[in-house]
Order: sequence, then structure tokens, then C-alpha cells
Amino acid sequence: MKKTAFILVLCIGLLLAWAVQDFPAWGDPKSPASSSPVASHFIANTGVDTEVPNMVTAVLADYRGFDTMFETVVVFIAGLAVFSILRGGPKSRTRDREFVVDFEPDLIVTNTVRLIVPVIQIFAFYVLAHGHVSPGGGFQGGVAMGASFILIALSWDLKTALARFPIERCFTVAALGIVIYAGIGLLSLFLGGEFLDYAHLAKIFPVSPEMARYHAMLGVEIGVGFTVTAIMFALYASLSTDGRMRDGL
Amino acid sequence: MGLELFNTLILCLLVVVAVLSLWVRDLVVAAVVFAIYSFLMCLLWAEMGAVDVAFTEATVGAGVSTVVLIATVFNLKRKAKD
Repeated sequence: MKKTAFILVLCIGLLLAWAVQDFPAWGDPKSPASSSPVASHFIANTGVDTEVPNMVTAVLADYRGFDTMFETVVVFIAGLAVFSILRGGPKSRTRDREFVVDFEPDLIVTNTVRLIVPVIQIFAFYVLAHGHVSPGGGFQGGVAMGASFILIALSWDLKTALARFPIERCFTVAALGIVIYAGIGLLSLFLGGEFLDYAHLAKIFPVSPEMARYHAMLGVEIGVGFTVTAIMFALYASLSTDGRMRDGL
Repeated sequence: MGLELFNTLILCLLVVVAVLSLWVRDLVVAAVVFAIYSFLMCLLWAEMGAVDVAFTEATVGAGVSTVVLIATVFNLKRKAKD
């Protein structure tokens, strides 16, 4: 059985290596991705349309905002699925754990984490808010923010982290993130544009249509950040305790 | 020339690390080796100029997914059978 699997993996690997030859060279200006009119449109018009220097964020949050909205929904559903499957599973499954964790929080570790966590959280806010200008955005900032809560759970215990961010509140915050994103989309729909057409927000805010798109992108990134933060922590809390939400790692 | 060498080195290391992550029996070690794989991918993305992707790979791939994998391993049998 093992040999069959190995031969199968080897065959697929060779096939993939063979298929790589069809790829265009890296940075080839004649490759389909570089020569399509869409790419040159984004490169020429992103700065004019939205005043956002980081093209990746503009494509992600504005031109393809619909796509990103449902990516956020996918993250939410994934967290919800892990939580509900583990919560509803049989309770006897976890009796034979190899590790029974029973320890006092270490003084050095907890004090180091006390110092690091504010830095991580401020950096997460920076990444989220600065996503237009430099690399970053809602997903990365949200993950960094979620990681700070996971760090608290790792250095003290899960109870301490859940006291700061209860699991029910996790899902409320995650849903709130999607509501923020979809709310900005709906607002532009009610103002006469299409769904997620942020330029129409300029009708109620005292900014130009370009700057309205700029700021609306920040708004939807904040929504993404809410969802990702909460779901990352909920994933950790569910998986580390097998759904019981106590005696974690 | 320098970048060629860098790319070749990282791609060779990627193959070694990928095989290693399947080779080791201890699942915690496998998770950590997988984090190394993500970090090498992150270096490669950054070198190719895809800094946004590199950032995501560093936070999600090397950071949170390792923690989640290890958290899961502690609820399983730690040693793989094959």
C-alpha cells in the first residue's frame, strides 16, 4: 500500500514538473497575465480612480470587493464549522490524551508576553490601517491580532484568554465584521451605485469620489480584520481543547 | 547572479524540508518543519516582489497555522504510525 502511494506521488510529481515547462518565464512581459488589458488598466488607473498607492489592496478591496467579501464569509463559516463539529462530537474521545497539562504560568514567560502583546496589537492596527500604502491589510492585521490572543492563551491558560475574549463574543465580532463589509456595500447600493461601488459614498461624506473609495477600502478592511481576528482565536480555542473550551494547552 | 544563487538555494531547501515534513514520525516536529517550509516560501515571495503574499504567508502560514496544527496534535496520538 505504501509503495503504491509512493509511486503515485512520484508520478504526479513528475507530471507537475513536466507541466511547469509551459509556464511563462518569471517577469515575462509577453505572458498572458502581463499582456491582458485588465492588468494594464489596473496599473494605469488605480492611482487615478482611488488614490491608493498599493495596487494589491485596491484590487482586493475595491475592484474585486465582492470576491473578498465572500472570502471573509468563507473564513467565518470555516470557524463556525470547526466550532460546531468539535462541540457536538462524542465526549469520550479525548480520554486517552497523552499529555495532561497541569502547570503554573511561568513568571518569565508571562511577563515577557505582557510586554510583547501591546506591541503586537499596535503593529496589527498599523498593518490594518496602513494596508493602502504599504503591504498589509485586513487579513494580515487580523491574523496578527488573533495571534496576540493565542499568545495569551499559550502563556497563561485558555481560561485567561477566554475571560478577555469569550467564545460567544468571538462569533459576534466575526459576524459584525461581515456586517460592516456588507453594510458599506449596501450603503453604496442605496446611494444609487452598484453593490460595493464606493465612489457613491461621496454623496453623504464630504470627500471626493476618489477619496471616498480610499476610505471605504479602509472600512471594509476593518470588517475583514474583525472577522479574521475572532475566527483565528476561536479556531485555536476549539482545536486545542477538542471543543470543550477548558484545559487547553 | 546573486539572486539566482539565492533562488536555487531556497528551492533546494524547500524540497528537502517538504520531504522531511513527511519523513519525521513526531507530528509536533512535522508541524515545526512545515513552519520552516512556509517561511522559505515567504522568503521566495518577498524576493519575487510579491510582498503582500509574503506577508500573508508569514502570518498565516508560518505563524497561526503552526500553532493550530500543534494544538491539534496534542489532542491526537503524537507519533505517526508510518
